[in-house]
Amino acid sequence: MNILFGHYVADEGTVEAFGKRLPPGDPGAALKAGIGMVHQHFTLADNMTVLENIALGTQSLWRPRLDRAEARERLVRLADDFGLTIQPDAFVSALTVGERQRVEILKALYRQARVLILDEPTAVLTPAEAEALFRTLKLLVGQGLSIIFISHKLNEVMAVSDRVIVLRGGKIAGERRTAETTRADLAALMVGQEPTLPPIVEVPFGGRVLVLEEVSTGGKSSGAPLDRASLTLKDGEILGLAGVSGNGQAALAALLSGSEPATAGAITLAGEQRAPWSTLEALDLGIGRIPEDRHAVGTIGDMTVAENLILESYRSARFCSRGFLDWDAARKFAEEIIAEYDVKCPSPDARIRLLSGGNMQKLILGRALDPEPRIIVANQPTRGLDVGAVAYVHGRLIEARDRGAAVLLISEDLEEIMALSDRIAVISKGRISSVTKRGQRSMQQLGELMAGHGLEAAA
Amino acid sequence: MRLEPKPAQSLAATLLYPVGAIVVTLGFAALLVLAAGADPLSVFTLVARGAAGSQFALLETLTRATPLIFTGLAVAVAFRAKLWNIGAEAQLYIGGVATVVLGTGLLPWPSWLLLPIIAVAAMLAGALLLLGPALLKTRLGVDEVVTTLLLNFIVLLFVSMLLEGVLKDPTGLGWPQSRKVIEAAQLPRIIQGKRLHYGFVLAIVSAVAVWIIMKKTALGYEMRAVGHNPEAARFAGIPVNRVLMKTALLSGGLAALAGFSEVAGLKGNLTLDLSPGYGYSGIVVAMLAMLNPLGVVAAAIFVAGIFVGADAMSRSAGVPSYIADVMVATALLTMVVAILLSRFRVRWR
Repeated sequence: MNILFGHYVADEGTVEAFGKRLPPGDPGAALKAGIGMVHQHFTLADNMTVLENIALGTQSLWRPRLDRAEARERLVRLADDFGLTIQPDAFVSALTVGERQRVEILKALYRQARVLILDEPTAVLTPAEAEALFRTLKLLVGQGLSIIFISHKLNEVMAVSDRVIVLRGGKIAGERRTAETTRADLAALMVGQEPTLPPIVEVPFGGRVLVLEEVSTGGKSSGAPLDRASLTLKDGEILGLAGVSGNGQAALAALLSGSEPATAGAITLAGEQRAPWSTLEALDLGIGRIPEDRHAVGTIGDMTVAENLILESYRSARFCSRGFLDWDAARKFAEEIIAEYDVKCPSPDARIRLLSGGNMQKLILGRALDPEPRIIVANQPTRGLDVGAVAYVHGRLIEARDRGAAVLLISEDLEEIMALSDRIAVISKGRISSVTKRGQRSMQQLGELMAGHGLEAAA
Repeated sequence: MRLEPKPAQSLAATLLYPVGAIVVTLGFAALLVLAAGADPLSVFTLVARGAAGSQFALLETLTRATPLIFTGLAVAVAFRAKLWNIGAEAQLYIGGVATVVLGTGLLPWPSWLLLPIIAVAAMLAGALLLLGPALLKTRLGVDEVVTTLLLNFIVLLFVSMLLEGVLKDPTGLGWPQSRKVIEAAQLPRIIQGKRLHYGFVLAIVSAVAVWIIMKKTALGYEMRAVGHNPEAARFAGIPVNRVLMKTALLSGGLAALAGFSEVAGLKGNLTLDLSPGYGYSGIVVAMLAMLNPLGVVAAAIFVAGIFVGADAMSRSAGVPSYIADVMVATALLTMVVAILLSRFRVRWR
């Protein structure tokens, strides 16, 4: 898709749009030809408003100022037409991930795209929002647009598409008409064989290891702060926390990771009531953390695999004595993790930037799980990964639970929550719903909670 | 034209970039020499001979390289943690002030005790000077490029005030200069009768020490982590602000050693022309060295060689010695481009 849009240049072959050859490596030409792109990782300027982001690049730089009135009118009309509600004057930095995606789609529509490329567009939406998106897409197709919908979620592909192309390892593995194929058929094409979901073993839960009571935070993290949130996490369970991103997940993860203080409420850890901890204390207390954004927060791209792996443990006697680091020990540790977590990488001295997202995530898993933490906070641990890597991450989380760890799985992917969790709660606008065993609430009920309906009553 | 990230490279390929930058610099300088009406080849030969053609020339180059090693190290350390210290010039002068305050008779102690004390005091003075901008950066988000750069002018005027006032040499015939440091506060010469002094040895030792800090210690690791990705460093529990403070102290201290070494080793007193821009040239040195502390030594000797050689050349060939400034400036620009090229591949469409 980057070649299509002109970000990258193809080594061979050409791209043709509407009968005309596109010059390679020129996003401007692609835009002009009517190709619009919504990236999985958004390309918005945080410190500008929605309106400015959308108008950016559409008006001549020689004009003394943006023609806001005209741009606003067009934007509001577009938003109304496609049911994509948005506040034109909000700063992008204040928006949730879901809202940012809406801005991205509007940006492409604003430029009169005739071919719209969506890269994993539903990764961040609630089921209801995804439904709305699908309706929008159908509407656009009805108006003559072509849409390339890139996704690894098969039910979405089945729901939204007319034609499916499966890519595997850079090659087209197969092409089907949606009406003539099945999920299993596509899944087989994707992985080359039938995928196996990780088996779920019933284990009895242990004691309560972490209890939050009416905890609020001050809004240091992005998204909503926690608002009198209560949650009980037990040894030996995976607690799935569903919710649309931006509803307090970041604040909860930051609180447990030790980077955000609580402003109210009580926190009990292993039976002992205590104040929120710092990051270093969190590591000492046995809290393993898998961050939401593995590129910006989880790893340091320009440092090596070994250097990244000891980020949380370099102070320990194993790697450090009297302020000097033992690089041989670090490299040996890295080799162990690489072997144990099946990471594909040339050597412990390779820069981590050069690794694929899946391998990067495996390294983060290794770093977080190797010290056998008692609590694991996994925030969107499989976002943007391919099927194989997702299964791997799930397997590791289940393994950790089976050895007795308490796993808090924060995810926007309801299917993932349903597949993995022993108990499920929903977070919305900083509030956390009551916890129920898996299967007690239907997908639809969870979806309604995620949209904020009935949470007060449930809580 | 567009840029694409490039995979990691071998050491040999990495070394190619500074060499390429120097070749481009020489090519550009050759054009200027032609414009000045001289033959580039003979001018370059004269520069090379003036820089390293005799024992005198070589020693002179090493003498000139000494302060550049210190300021180059100061910049390399700071830039590694993405603390943009443009104020090595000010820290150098403050180091010089500390040296003359303590070294002109205030402490009547023997050399073996006095010199280390003055060196440490100078480092402290430089470190504290950079602590201000660093605090403003971490607490209030004030851009340290602006504060450190502007402090250069403030400190230079402050030194001027001192030299016209409390530090003024009463026997100096009214010149704005300090008294000479006492004999015990002088860094001895390495070879009797030559100008090269033990400041050069101190510079080499400092470079090795900084190299060890950056490569082997937890602090160096923290500094690199903070420089490459402060958010990830913070998530992992590295105290980012405290690391930046330590970086500032180390960087400011190293730059101040340049002032100490120039006053105690070469000049003997403090004047307003103690440094012909060593603080700024330190940026060139650090960039040419690609922030590698041992590379700083080589880069400092190279830059010093151009300056010393150009002086000698201009006496015999009649080409202004400003060519040295042009060459050093060109070297910085080409090096910045070379560093970009080492990380990205350029695609022409």
